[in-house]
Amino acid sequence: MTNSIEEILQNDVIFVIGSNTTENHPVIGTFMKQAIRRGAKLIVADPRRIELANYADVFLQLKPGTNIALINGMLNVIIENNLYDKEFVEKHTENFEQLKEVVKDYTPEVVAEICGVDKEDIIKAAHIYAEAERAGIYYAMGITQHTTGTHAVMSLSNLSLICGNVGKEGAGINPLRGQNNVQGACDMGGLPTDLPGYQKVFKAEAREKFEKLWDVKLPDKVGLTVPEIMDEAEKGNIKFLYIMGENPMVSDPDINHVKRALTNLDFLVVQDIFLTETAEYADVVLPAASFAEKDGTFTNTERRVQRVRKAIEPVGNAKPDWVILTELMVRLGHDKTYSHPAEIMDEIRGVTPSYGGISYERIEEEGIQWPCTDEAHPGTKYLHKDGIVRGKGLLMAVDHRDSAEVPDSEYPFILTTGRLLYQYHTRTMTGRVEGLNKLAPKSFVEINEATANKLNIKNGEKVRLTSRRGSIVTTAKVTEIVDEGVVFMPFHYSEGAVNYLTNTELDEHAKIPELKVAAVKIEKVGS
Amino acid sequence: MARVIINGVKYQVDDNITILEACNRLGISIPTLCHDERLNPYGACRLCLVEIKGKKKLEAACTTKVRDGMDIQTHSDKVIKARKEILDLLFSNHPEDCLTCERSGECKLQDYCYEYGVERGTYIGEKKFYPIDDSNPFYIYDPNKCILCGKCVRVCQQLQGTGAIDLANRGFNTKVSTPFDMGLAKSTCVSCGNCVAVCPVGALMPKKKIRYRAWEINKVKTTCSYCGVGCQLYLLVKDNKVVGVEPAKGKPNNGLLCVKGRFGYSFINHPDRLKTPLIKRNGKFEEATWEEAYNLIVKKIKETKEKYGPDSLAGLTSARCTNEENYLFQKMFRALIGTNNVDHCARL
Repeated sequence: MTNSIEEILQNDVIFVIGSNTTENHPVIGTFMKQAIRRGAKLIVADPRRIELANYADVFLQLKPGTNIALINGMLNVIIENNLYDKEFVEKHTENFEQLKEVVKDYTPEVVAEICGVDKEDIIKAAHIYAEAERAGIYYAMGITQHTTGTHAVMSLSNLSLICGNVGKEGAGINPLRGQNNVQGACDMGGLPTDLPGYQKVFKAEAREKFEKLWDVKLPDKVGLTVPEIMDEAEKGNIKFLYIMGENPMVSDPDINHVKRALTNLDFLVVQDIFLTETAEYADVVLPAASFAEKDGTFTNTERRVQRVRKAIEPVGNAKPDWVILTELMVRLGHDKTYSHPAEIMDEIRGVTPSYGGISYERIEEEGIQWPCTDEAHPGTKYLHKDGIVRGKGLLMAVDHRDSAEVPDSEYPFILTTGRLLYQYHTRTMTGRVEGLNKLAPKSFVEINEATANKLNIKNGEKVRLTSRRGSIVTTAKVTEIVDEGVVFMPFHYSEGAVNYLTNTELDEHAKIPELKVAAVKIEKVGS
Repeated sequence: MARVIINGVKYQVDDNITILEACNRLGISIPTLCHDERLNPYGACRLCLVEIKGKKKLEAACTTKVRDGMDIQTHSDKVIKARKEILDLLFSNHPEDCLTCERSGECKLQDYCYEYGVERGTYIGEKKFYPIDDSNPFYIYDPNKCILCGKCVRVCQQLQGTGAIDLANRGFNTKVSTPFDMGLAKSTCVSCGNCVAVCPVGALMPKKKIRYRAWEINKVKTTCSYCGVGCQLYLLVKDNKVVGVEPAKGKPNNGLLCVKGRFGYSFINHPDRLKTPLIKRNGKFEEATWEEAYNLIVKKIKETKEKYGPDSLAGLTSARCTNEENYLFQKMFRALIGTNNVDHCARL
């Protein structure tokens, strides 16, 4: 997030797109509802009539895969009607003319047709957003899990920039990160292109810094992303895979492909707290301690580095992941050991400028938001305060492009996926909490009433969904939440797992799979 | 600034704050059952009554703003008599089951009755006798213990924004209720438990798998391990087991949690937890020592690297693990194995 969670209460306008906030980031959802109670306006764009849609001044129920068209439509209205912040655009952005040229074609009429929404609603949303003093954009994987995900993020950045909502308190562009420490895992160099602090592996000066500290020569070749690792494993080029705390046998697209990849490996290590669907394929399974059994830090979606504290001893012979890694690294020739995670943080601070001032002492009472470059730095509530960090905000003119798979006569429905309030990711944890499973027991597919009638499917009946990659049986939930032509499934469940159906096509820049759009057919089981 | 006298001592306090706020800042303790600084002042329980010189009636500290020249008594005889009377009235219509009540030790009514020497309810008359709502999987609502402070209703409306419950009926028959009194399970309740967290008595109580008394618990502040909001919470620990969760105030969650953070903790001590390393032999997992597991992994890493080069190895680090662990994982792959094939599930 460029801005902070607490700033939601300062938003005059909240624009939620591709985020079912009240279910996936429930406490942020409560802040949004508090802001609305105080008079903030709300724009919601989502293929489903999610809870927030009930409070929205404008709800745009757009067709999955049409985010860029919608945002370009809003940009069109804002530019054509001179609603943008001219001073900000002039002083703080570049490429405006090019953007203007591209969005010229995205008239409300054209966009209404592409997105399947009312043209008046696009105009209204554009006015509400542009006329606000402080407007915050909030998005999640409804924006990013598309083959055009990176471009959609750029579109949101365009919108935010031309209305002067960057570098301002109570505004900004705010991706809501899904997992407790997905922000931190990225910050720490858990990416094939990046050393800690987003220092690039292909840049000699970055490598040299770490080579000096670690006393070793580092590889300069960019590594593989998760989907690429799975592809190369299936091809036989990846022989050894070490998976720590991740369950691709449920979470990744095209599970049949993941299965082939994992079985094709020479050796698989899985380190987890339960014997997951993925661990079943392992050659060695290492029992890890849960978050309650170790010390450390997580970095939340607003860049706040916060303490994790050991409350109980590890169960059985399980060990904290940092202990396992330390012990393994020694056996691989590492000459350094750590007796407490605080010592690891001290090493991190030395090579990660944005974490330079973060120590366990300083975050004892309250976490600090990075960038925090030295001990005297108070942390950063919102980014770009003293001007856009790269100098000028680069406006990126991007076009709408269809999803990799669009419905046709054989697979006539768009399948989109998401999450539920009562389950978490692949249910490794929540699947073992009785009450949660009472509230959300099993896989289902949301089907619009009209579609259900056409297919003679009744609420609660078993249906078969088939895509080009696989086929599953699940239970029909007939609802008005989704439009005709669109069906939705939560991805949590390994029984009736939607990821047997999803598409592995990637966004070319971020390498994120298009989990939000696949073409499927639906049949009633036994018909 | 306003100049005030509290209990005979002169202070300068911010104007535009309530007497209760001023006293809180000055460290003067005033009892209250219905106040929560995150909510609009309510003035329901009347326990925070104070005496203001020149005023005939006692005033509620939570709804009365300080004014320049105010002379306030927070613990005068008159005030204490009134508070005793209120506690007596509340306790007269409250089950006297403190011995077995799950809230005992953390009950505000119990604490204040102790503080003010109210040993029993002296008013004899009608008592409430309502059925308990245990339809929610995670907590129960016992209206018989409810003192009608309205905190649960206001948290649900003003902070959580769900509005599943409200005060129904009037007078003695007033009751916190779901629409048509159909029970929590049939309401719009999302089981966040934010109502449970503010209940001052035993009316809203978590269902406990492992029973415990308040004084047996060690509370450890930590960060929630579910989504990326990073809510701060306390793990309640008894005998090396996590037996409950309570929200922490402050950033970023301001004392709020969701159903997963609040009630989704029983996986921690679940019998399915992996407790020892496993090595697959002939297609079956066999228990192994750490030493055996480490040796096998190191052997395979070295063999694979030698035979196929470092880029034939890859690792998935974890958005579920700590920063320190992610740092070590990528360091192991880059510095010791020699490949940048490190990624995690950020894209999924």
